[in-house]
Amino acid sequence: MAIIERPAPAPSRLVGAPPRVTADTSYGVFRRPVETTGWRSWLFTVDHKKIGIMYGVAAFAFFVIGGLEALLIRAQLAGPDGTLLSASVYNQMFTMHATSMVFLFAMPMAAAFGNYFLPLQIGARDVAFPRLNAFGFWCFLAGAIFVNLSWFLGGAADGGWFMYAPNSSVPFSPTHGIDFWGLGLQITGIASLTGAINLIVTVLNMRTKGMSLMRMPVLTWMVLVIQFLLLFAIPVITVALFLLMFQRIFGATFFSVADGADPLLWQHLFWIFGHPEVYILVLPSFGIVSEVLPVFSKKPLFGYPFVVFSGAAIGFVGWGVWAHHMFASGIGPVSVMVFSIATMAIAVPTGVKIINWTLTMWGGKLKFTTAMLFAIGLVVQFTLGGLSGVTHAVAPSDTQQTDTYYIVAHFHYVLFGGAVLGFFAGFYYWWPKVFGKCLDERLGKINFWLMSIGMNLTFGPMHIIGLQGQPRRMYVWTEARAGEGFFNMGFWNLVASIGAFTIAVGVLLFIFNVVKTTRSAPPAPLDPWDARTLEWMTTSPPKAHNFDALPEVHALDEFFHRKYEDVGEEGHHDLRRVATAEEILAGEEAKGDHHIHLPSPSYWPMVLAFSLPVVAIGVIYAPVVAIIGAVFALLAMFGWALEPAVADESDYEPPADDAPGTELATVGSSE
Amino acid sequence: MSEPGEPGGTPPEQKEPGAGAPDLGTDTSGPVDTLDQIPMGGVPEPGETPAEQSPDRASTITEMPTHGEHRDLEGGHATTTGLSNNKMGMWLFLGSECLLFGGLISTYMLYRGRHSGSIGPDQIYDIPFTSVSSFVLLMSSLTMVLAVSSITRGDRRNAKLWLVITALLGATFLGGQVYEFTTFYREGLGFTTSLFSSSFYTLTGFHGTHVFVGIIMLLSLTGMLSRRRVTGDEAEVVELVGLYWHFVDIVWIVIFTLVYLIPA
Repeated sequence: MAIIERPAPAPSRLVGAPPRVTADTSYGVFRRPVETTGWRSWLFTVDHKKIGIMYGVAAFAFFVIGGLEALLIRAQLAGPDGTLLSASVYNQMFTMHATSMVFLFAMPMAAAFGNYFLPLQIGARDVAFPRLNAFGFWCFLAGAIFVNLSWFLGGAADGGWFMYAPNSSVPFSPTHGIDFWGLGLQITGIASLTGAINLIVTVLNMRTKGMSLMRMPVLTWMVLVIQFLLLFAIPVITVALFLLMFQRIFGATFFSVADGADPLLWQHLFWIFGHPEVYILVLPSFGIVSEVLPVFSKKPLFGYPFVVFSGAAIGFVGWGVWAHHMFASGIGPVSVMVFSIATMAIAVPTGVKIINWTLTMWGGKLKFTTAMLFAIGLVVQFTLGGLSGVTHAVAPSDTQQTDTYYIVAHFHYVLFGGAVLGFFAGFYYWWPKVFGKCLDERLGKINFWLMSIGMNLTFGPMHIIGLQGQPRRMYVWTEARAGEGFFNMGFWNLVASIGAFTIAVGVLLFIFNVVKTTRSAPPAPLDPWDARTLEWMTTSPPKAHNFDALPEVHALDEFFHRKYEDVGEEGHHDLRRVATAEEILAGEEAKGDHHIHLPSPSYWPMVLAFSLPVVAIGVIYAPVVAIIGAVFALLAMFGWALEPAVADESDYEPPADDAPGTELATVGSSE
Repeated sequence: MSEPGEPGGTPPEQKEPGAGAPDLGTDTSGPVDTLDQIPMGGVPEPGETPAEQSPDRASTITEMPTHGEHRDLEGGHATTTGLSNNKMGMWLFLGSECLLFGGLISTYMLYRGRHSGSIGPDQIYDIPFTSVSSFVLLMSSLTMVLAVSSITRGDRRNAKLWLVITALLGATFLGGQVYEFTTFYREGLGFTTSLFSSSFYTLTGFHGTHVFVGIIMLLSLTGMLSRRRVTGDEAEVVELVGLYWHFVDIVWIVIFTLVYLIPA
């Protein structure tokens, strides 16, 4: 491996070897965007914080859309013989609910947290490839919009989120829904892949002085683990989606049993991606909880290395369990046994994490803020979901439960109880850091209890109706077969629907909380929670360059160690406060760097990203459109390659010597 | 990987004398974490200039230090691991590509025997022909290495020459593939003829597309070198394209072995 590094040459404008690349010579027509305020500063930004916020807003919008789809499903199933949705629309609804929640909410929300906090937590000024970062966001948005366009163009995808072949072939799904789904996910896949490369390089290469790997906050660690999962999982689903596209659009027969194909090929390819995917969804929340629990327990995280390595172990073992999604598909007794045991094994590192979180709280000075409540909620609810997960690992039991609501109950406990509660813990914990204002705690606690009770009302009864035999994806159930007494499916379906609307009220309350505090809340204190990690060692919200001086790290929980001194003796810990956050910040600002180089905004990431859905539309409807889109993409790539990452003086309007950007060059790479 | 506590600016080890970019020295006492050690010039951030800022700092633009501490511009080398961001990014991308071809090769291996019988792998492949075009592609890796070697020595003219030759060899391989596909099609092997044909064309088509993209990159790079429009370290950019090109070649070795050489 060529890891021999040669020193980069001194910057061109100082040694003068290659001539300057100016706005005029770069693009002929365009000057590069230089706005620092207004909507342009968001559209063309390469700032990881702005991109993180945009990821968060867009992902939350799709959380609401996916939630509305879920409400329609539950409204349909609340009573017998529901008539709200037709069978066809119901199929589209559950497919798009899962697609929205998995690909358009949970993954980009993880990207939001990763983008915003990862550079702050490792003491960097931006990510390694700022323009690639912007490109990733716009790809995600373009792909997400593209997938949802299908609602208006003949109907959305209707094959379930895992789109099993051959049910996803044209005879069974003649609309363009699955074509939109597949191509849209290819585009969001590009976002995930570029994001993965970007964040891995950022973590490995851009840590501040003293920030060794084992001093990194757990959120950073977990985000790093999922980027590796994405890096290797995304290409597999890419292959599967290409094969599906070739089958649907070009008439290949990869999944046609009649032509001798093996439909299990799709299942293998999908789940080799799909099982790492579920850890991609939940590990970021594990990271968030590992940040929140120590802060509100006033204790360091119990067994930090164990939490880190169990996270990595989950990521690693997660590659060897995909076929437990296929126990009912006839893969043979040996395969079933191997994957069954591997699946049970993955409960071990997960259990290690649960133990560590519990022992973090043990004996701590617990402070039950909203963020803490959500974090504890995750520990409890995820454990419940994990327990029903172990019942799936037992293949004979799983065979009974396959395709029933018991499965739905399980994965909603781990995904809602795991991923979503963790994200909300993160919202409440980091809101003052990102927006400079604390969310209202009283509303927040109501929000927590509504969502917590709501999720148990919704998904708890699904265990019962699942074991009673109600199948997934059936658009109606009938009173005649609903059963008697305690196990009456009608009663529990109604409870689940009431629970779903309870969750919805909780989410609405969160939105109300955001609006209310944005309008009227006073500025938050600099360190409202007595936090422990580097991102709190700067202003709230952070400056564009994150840190005036890149902090030097001496310990895990650096910020906490700067605030407190341990004066205890003989094994007893007695913490004495030696500095306030304000004092530490003032000290850092006093030795601030004076010539901080920031990457410059660019049009090209957005142009390139939005030329991709044009190509995709062309693939579905008219090849000539695809060619036009590809030409735009190619032009954008050349524009990108020829554009220096550092804005030149002449790029500014007016090109004055003291323009605000002249001393701001790149912290990242030239890509 | 080196931890940040070690002496920073990891030495530019294993350089040939006189090779590559000017050796900017390694006389660092430790990794630079505060940029104010570097009198970069330029104007201080408005409103954040502390009172004790020495007035001469803002006027030292010409005193840009030439030692290895400079960490920022163009994917600076003073990264935590010592490997440049761009190169690490390319390695990660290639790692991801392995899984892409892994999926495609698995699909082909599953379906290689599923055909009508008269037009299967054993009947249709022209192994001597493909061996020659494979040899051409492998030779292009050699010329790519020569291009990297030239640009590392600062020899831009020879670098461009080798890049063009590499692109021509790649185009020759691609031409061979087009000829092969055409011949197969004439013999009755369409894309949808059988599972074998679909998976064969998909796998080799994806590889051919990679070669095509590589050729575009090589020619674009040649043009950008001519007009001195490469942003960043020229030698590194050539090396990055080279990494991609070698990867495409190595994948072809696997494909050629599994698809052509092993009897079905």
